[in-house]
Amino acid sequence: MLTIAGTDFRSRLFLGTGKFSSSAVMAEAIAASDCQMVTVALRRVNLDNPEDDIMKALSQRDYTFLPNTSGARNANEAIRLAHLARAASGSSWLKLEVTPDPRTLLPDPVETLIATEELVKAGFIVLPYMNADPILALKLQDAGAAAVMPLGSPIGTNQGVLTDAMIEIIIEQARVPVVVDAGIGAPSHAAYAMEMGADAVLVNTAISIAGDPVAMAAAFAKAVEAGRTAYIAGMGRRSKQASASSPVTGTLSSDLGFLA
Amino acid sequence: MFQSPDFNQLREQIKSATSADVEQALNATRLNLNDLAALISPAAEPYLQQMAARSSEITLARFGKTTQLYAPIYLSNYCTNRCVYCGFSADNRIKRKCLTLDEAEKEAMILHERGFQHILLVSGEAENAVDVEYMEAIALRLRNKFAAVSIEIQPLSTEHYQRLFLAGITAVAVYQETYDRDMYKRVHLSGKKSDFDYRLETPARVAEAGMREVGIGALLGLSDWRAEGLAIGHHLNWLRKTFWSTAFTVSFPRMRPATGEFEPLEIVTESNLSQLIFALRLFDQDVGLIVSTREEARYRDGMLKLGPTRYSAGSCTAPGGYGDSDSEAEQFSVGDHRSLQEVSTMIREKGYDPVYKDWDSSFQITTS
Ligand code: SF4
Repeated sequence: MLTIAGTDFRSRLFLGTGKFSSSAVMAEAIAASDCQMVTVALRRVNLDNPEDDIMKALSQRDYTFLPNTSGARNANEAIRLAHLARAASGSSWLKLEVTPDPRTLLPDPVETLIATEELVKAGFIVLPYMNADPILALKLQDAGAAAVMPLGSPIGTNQGVLTDAMIEIIIEQARVPVVVDAGIGAPSHAAYAMEMGADAVLVNTAISIAGDPVAMAAAFAKAVEAGRTAYIAGMGRRSKQASASSPVTGTLSSDLGFLA
Repeated sequence: MFQSPDFNQLREQIKSATSADVEQALNATRLNLNDLAALISPAAEPYLQQMAARSSEITLARFGKTTQLYAPIYLSNYCTNRCVYCGFSADNRIKRKCLTLDEAEKEAMILHERGFQHILLVSGEAENAVDVEYMEAIALRLRNKFAAVSIEIQPLSTEHYQRLFLAGITAVAVYQETYDRDMYKRVHLSGKKSDFDYRLETPARVAEAGMREVGIGALLGLSDWRAEGLAIGHHLNWLRKTFWSTAFTVSFPRMRPATGEFEPLEIVTESNLSQLIFALRLFDQDVGLIVSTREEARYRDGMLKLGPTRYSAGSCTAPGGYGDSDSEAEQFSVGDHRSLQEVSTMIREKGYDPVYKDWDSSFQITTS
């Protein structure tokens, strides 16, 4: 079971909701993925309008609703938006996104840290989207982030986990859950992140633009589970040198017979 | 400041592109200006299918199965300029009208009721009719009713754009009309607009003022569309490098019939227009590409999914035209007369989501 800020999640797959062909397809894909955490761009919804298409589709099931601040260029904008979201939805969960470059949508480390500090003080459950920078992950965690969300590769690129060396360090050091976000383009990428020991993955583009988003959502659910099971089962270490699959332990132990 | 490259040199560069250049551009992951030149060249015409496929693939990955919708509101058709191609030109004897603030709000609320969340306020270029105070007052009235309010009016100073940003305006569109300096002179007979360089520097002033989005473009039909496309590429490239936190869009207004009976100086076919759109999409994967209701419904339906990311819908180009359908004096005639609902249905039928809201006025710190 994955626990973030005291809430338990059975599923380790989080879903993004942008880019779907319709709210109905989105709702079906979410159901097929069996995910329990759904992120929604505040810019896309009318929080105070119960007739809002996306909100209506989401309210049909019991999710943890994770509004995101996508579009915010700096800490101030993200903070203001967070307060508006909380006032309208009553939920303190927040995926913090501060992305000043509209082209790459890469997160701004400085502003993200400032916003995290402020929002945690204001009682938010903050899950910051961040570059795969181990020191930043530690700082965000110290500032009170409920989880950290390092990117696997630039958003929307489907390139997979290109930042694995850094994500491994983040996972090793983190006290809070690590959710690999952005760049996951195939179920195998998600499985890989989970095998590395990530606590969860967030997927959007790969599912929303698939030929059959509903089937793809199901495929991701299985991949995440497989990756997690493999991680718990204890993956063999990767080595550059060949090693025999059944080493001659008898010889070795007799060689070491001199040891007390 | 941005130095517009020599138009004739751009022409020559494009002309010299070979099919090998086109193939290289089609296979490149990051395209440069030479690749763009190749893709808008005659040598690329046999590759239109491949370009469309690539453009569609990139657009899907970057923008998803969505198309944004917006509508323009014409505030005023007063104009002190004489642009030979435009129905609002000071030379034309048309009924002039400038909406009062109440009338403008009424027009806006008609669009609001139709479901629009993104609107574009358009006017002719006459400072005595539409000035910064007027725009500020409208912005303050509309900013809490719409997700995003953009403007397309005469070029302003950086300070004035700043004022409008604080009042709630999110984006500014300002088209160069033509990057061909000589042609620019020939078609802009008099008025402030005849200053080519002041207009060229406008997108930079807009970005400097902190606006979220800047729209650029050329009016297709005045000069060589291929060279215009490459000039847009240069401009976009420079703007991207200088203002990395601003979003950019490109529009492709093809010349339409208007009062004054001006005939396009260059014919730009639908195939040409498509080639330009695909080329720009390959060149800049994240730029917003806008196709307005100037184009016929048939063409817009066909282009959906292939590159454009934003459509206007249900447009009327005469001031007060939404409330009063008898209102004359359009800026140009519209090619797609369908309502927001009809365009949305078409988008849905094609398996895409018509997006009415993709912004929120609360992003902006605004004055009261
Ligand atoms: S194009 Fe613009 S500036 Fe020129 S006449 Fe028309 S409204 Fe006036």
